[in-house]
Amino acid sequence: MKIAHPSLLIVPSRRRFLYGSATLSAAAVAMLAGRPSLAAAPDARKGDPAADARILNTALAAEHEAIAAYQVGADSGLLRAPTRELALQFQGHHKAHVDLLAQTVTKLGGTPVEKKQKYSFPTGDLKAEADVLRFASGLERGAVSAYLGAVPLFGNPDLAKAAASILGDEAMHWAVLRQALGENPVPSAFVS
Amino acid sequence: MFPTRGWIGVTVALACVAPHAAADAAPRGEEIYSRCLACHALAYDRVGPRHCGLFGRRAGSVPGFDYSDAMRKSGIVWDAATLDRFLAAPTQVVPGTTMGYAGIPDPAERAALIAWLRDASRSAKSCPQPQ
Repeated sequence: MKIAHPSLLIVPSRRRFLYGSATLSAAAVAMLAGRPSLAAAPDARKGDPAADARILNTALAAEHEAIAAYQVGADSGLLRAPTRELALQFQGHHKAHVDLLAQTVTKLGGTPVEKKQKYSFPTGDLKAEADVLRFASGLERGAVSAYLGAVPLFGNPDLAKAAASILGDEAMHWAVLRQALGENPVPSAFVS
Repeated sequence: MFPTRGWIGVTVALACVAPHAAADAAPRGEEIYSRCLACHALAYDRVGPRHCGLFGRRAGSVPGFDYSDAMRKSGIVWDAATLDRFLAAPTQVVPGTTMGYAGIPDPAERAALIAWLRDASRSAKSCPQPQ
């Protein structure tokens, strides 16, 4: 397995990203991401807010787990510094997703699911950097499909748009991780 | 109660798949299963319940997993036919399920996934603990 040299995984924006996420509200993040309708409030008259909140809560639970998974990778001692920095950048994206999803669930009248006290991960299988990357790649690939499967279910099209925005971010994560593993980063014209 | 109409036909169709066709479907089934990896794993619970021991299990019955009331009360017992129906449109088959996923519309993809899951969910390698 050919693993990309860490110099190919430079993350020049990480410091800027951390600064931004620490100082901007989730609403502002939503505005910057082109989702002002979410930042204001999802329109409860559209669709079935309870059903939409349920879908978002499932996505929120998966995002919580992704944050924990990237922490496992970052703390594994198996990642070279640039790769670890990349993992932490992606983790930061998932934290931004959590903030937005939790606020939106609340605005829809739901109760955002909390992160679990403990997650199960196949840590016994993580023996090298490639194992961590492959594990993360699998999670991101699954996330792409999960959001793709959620988009058509939303009654509120603003929420479908927001989910599609997150889908795009997860797809970029997946592509970068595939590249790092020496795989074709974009193996097909469509995702499923 | 989970509706049963059409299951017999699906079961017969799955049972008639030739062995070589099932073998060909295995890699495809594993590939399709990768779509599930945001929420599921074979051997342990995640956002969704584990899949080891799935076939023959009553829906909503993995000990310690926090299911929706809808899934717990669905009356489903998982087999090839019930999985085929559920995976086609989870939120329509079990309204109120937390599996917010539109489904797999292609019958051939569902058949490949189910064939792979049937083996993987009882494989000694993937499922070392008694289920």
